[in-house]
Amino acid sequence: MTQETILIGLAGVLASAAPVIFAVLGETLSERAGVINLSMNGTILLSAMGGFAAAYNTDNIVLGFLAGMLIGALVALVVAFASITLKQSQVAVGFVLALTCRDLSYFLGNPYMGEPGPRLQAAPIPVLGEIPILGQLFFRQDAITYLSFISIFLAWLWIFRTRPGLMLQGIGEKPAAAFIRGANVNLMRYVYTVIGGALIGLAGPAYSLAIRAGWMGTISGLDGIGWIALSITIFGGWNPSRAAFGAYLFAFLQWLGLVLQPVFTQVPSQVLQVAPFPLMILTLLLVNIGNAEWVERTLAAMPETTRKILSKALRAMRASPPSALGVPFESE
Amino acid sequence: MNIELKNIHKHFGKVHANKNINLAIPSGTIQGILGENGAGKSTLMKILSGFIQADAGGEIILDGKPVIIHSPADAIHHGVGMLHQDPLDFPPMRVLDNFLLGRSGGLFPNRTTVARDFKLLAEQFDFSLDPDSYVDSLTVGERQQLEIIRLLWLGARILILDEPTTGISASQKTKLFATLKKLAEQGMTIIFVSHKLEDVEHLCHQAAVLRAGELVGEIKTPYVTSKLVEMMFGKEITLGERQPAQAGEVVLSFTNISLEDVRLKIKNVDLQVRAGEVIGLAGMEGSGQGMFIRACAGLTRPVGGRVQLNGQDLTGKSYHTYKHAGVNFLPAARLEEGLVPGLNLTDHFVLAEEPKGVFIDRAAGQKLAEDRIQSFNIRGTPLSTVESLSGGNQQRAELALLQSPLSLVLLEHPTRGLDIESVIYIWGKLKERCRQGASIIFISSDLEEILQYSDRLLVFFSGKVSQPIDAAATSVEELGQLIGGKGWANMGDEHA
Repeated sequence: MTQETILIGLAGVLASAAPVIFAVLGETLSERAGVINLSMNGTILLSAMGGFAAAYNTDNIVLGFLAGMLIGALVALVVAFASITLKQSQVAVGFVLALTCRDLSYFLGNPYMGEPGPRLQAAPIPVLGEIPILGQLFFRQDAITYLSFISIFLAWLWIFRTRPGLMLQGIGEKPAAAFIRGANVNLMRYVYTVIGGALIGLAGPAYSLAIRAGWMGTISGLDGIGWIALSITIFGGWNPSRAAFGAYLFAFLQWLGLVLQPVFTQVPSQVLQVAPFPLMILTLLLVNIGNAEWVERTLAAMPETTRKILSKALRAMRASPPSALGVPFESE
Repeated sequence: MNIELKNIHKHFGKVHANKNINLAIPSGTIQGILGENGAGKSTLMKILSGFIQADAGGEIILDGKPVIIHSPADAIHHGVGMLHQDPLDFPPMRVLDNFLLGRSGGLFPNRTTVARDFKLLAEQFDFSLDPDSYVDSLTVGERQQLEIIRLLWLGARILILDEPTTGISASQKTKLFATLKKLAEQGMTIIFVSHKLEDVEHLCHQAAVLRAGELVGEIKTPYVTSKLVEMMFGKEITLGERQPAQAGEVVLSFTNISLEDVRLKIKNVDLQVRAGEVIGLAGMEGSGQGMFIRACAGLTRPVGGRVQLNGQDLTGKSYHTYKHAGVNFLPAARLEEGLVPGLNLTDHFVLAEEPKGVFIDRAAGQKLAEDRIQSFNIRGTPLSTVESLSGGNQQRAELALLQSPLSLVLLEHPTRGLDIESVIYIWGKLKERCRQGASIIFISSDLEEILQYSDRLLVFFSGKVSQPIDAAATSVEELGQLIGGKGWANMGDEHA
């Protein structure tokens, strides 16, 4: 393999991770506020179909992306209404929506099956795109991939560096404590669930108008991505940068499976196709190793200075779900 | 800030939780609010802090101006800050983020200036809080300190503290009291809600006593304890005489036991507990007594030594073996470890019985529950869920759940957060067990409770364990010193 093919491959990894990034960031925002949007898998399919249909009919690719976001926001609104206002189980509502939206996309998408449609073109950035290696990796992508880079940073900045972001953490952690600090807990939960839903809805068109342009119904290969994104959100510890790492890892392992297939001809191709899933889970488990009690024990036996540094690093890596995840809030 | 409460009523459905309360608190006063569990203290404080509104006609007047407080956030705008019994903070977040959360300002808070304010306030009250540590690594006392300076930073002129001395160490209590006195001197108004007489007597300039929703009296310092008690309960209550045990056979015997966990190591403890005996475990929270009592329950496996119960070797056996051998453990976290939230009392009694067949005999369960509710004086019905019971009644339910016969009862903070009447009731029931031949080992941070009810006691100090001490020959002062790490040299402490 030449350096050139590897670079092209890796640039492809960054691009193909973009939809997963949007989905994971959307889910992270929603869950940080305390609402699990389990409809993600169906939302991605429905917004992929809807986004493609909108762009196909209007011949406007931007409208296609906006349509996807709108679909995502509407589905999230249903989840929010059922869980925040009606105080119903988020898991049950989300799961039913996941199945409904998936079947709806196959049914409504029939007229668009296999139709050629608009596709987002690469937009290399002048000057930056000419930098060796880095330019090829990061700056010769399409607009939606650039947006995925920016979104990771913005989401991280919002959650950990801004005042409202701090309150967002509080709302998902202990709504009663956020309430006495002046937060309108239920309104904020609505807002973040809907914004998160819009981001998840962006993932669909990112497939159907860019990476895997077109609508292919059941053989689009999009079914299941939402569940993967859900697990990346969890293993990513509800942190945008770590969740992004998970998304890239997943895309990278998938690419590796494709590349290695001709090399390891004696290995059944199915093994390489499925390998990314358990491999990713394993890696992410290792990232969360600081949670384990035996690690704490081992640390306790170490000399003071090493222990301090290591435990600080592990603590920074440690993730726990927002304590009020899935729990309705009532102020008295 | 001067506070005046006028004609405060509050109904919850049929329950009249506050009946026509009128109270004036001048600026710079430390006002005690006394009352047993359920007397209406919390309701009154929730009204003042904006959680709930009083019934129409009630008035809150701050510095002469009538105000309507819509929400807790609104209360702080009026200068009313409240410290809740369970700290309302965010454990997985950093101290500084907790401090800053809720303060209005620009999109990007300037952490450098916030940290400077934090440091100034912390220094002013001599609190040693690390702004970069996580709140879940703090003790309850430190979390209170954080909350106090946070409220001051937000401009609180009135500070309400709800049962603040529950769950903090003696030294933290001293510091808290010093802080509150200092704040009062600066003109702050402090409202100190408690059911602990000695705390109110120690700290407050004046006290108001609530009973069954009514303000039954106001007293200024110096207080007459018996009078306060009479106002709180409507009758006189005394702890009664110490009842020394008639020690019988050896029940539990620890030989050369060593324990360790992440933070602490306990080495070579020898202890023999006799039937009918009560052993108190004293020490600051986290000094090793929790690990020790869990070892007695078979929940923590000793790293060395031998455990024998009634002559049977239980070393390294599981919790269930211990339980079958007659060991019962009531942990401090009643709703997390002791009871099952969501299940009602009948379910609990059915679960605790030895299973007979697969199906539940509802009628028998109901009858059992009714009997126990009556004999343990639990305020609730067989169908009450455990989380709907008050703390005192949850503890009674736990006692009612203990199997019988028992050889060893282990209790962690058996009376934490309970009023004196419940305390006396619960110890009455426990002593009854002792007379039937059970031994008791319990942890408490209440020194008077330990001295009153135990026969012998062990003091823990950062993993060191004292020799068993005769409780009758020890004073609160001596015990306090040992807990604080003083006077260990002449204890003959070969365990060090």
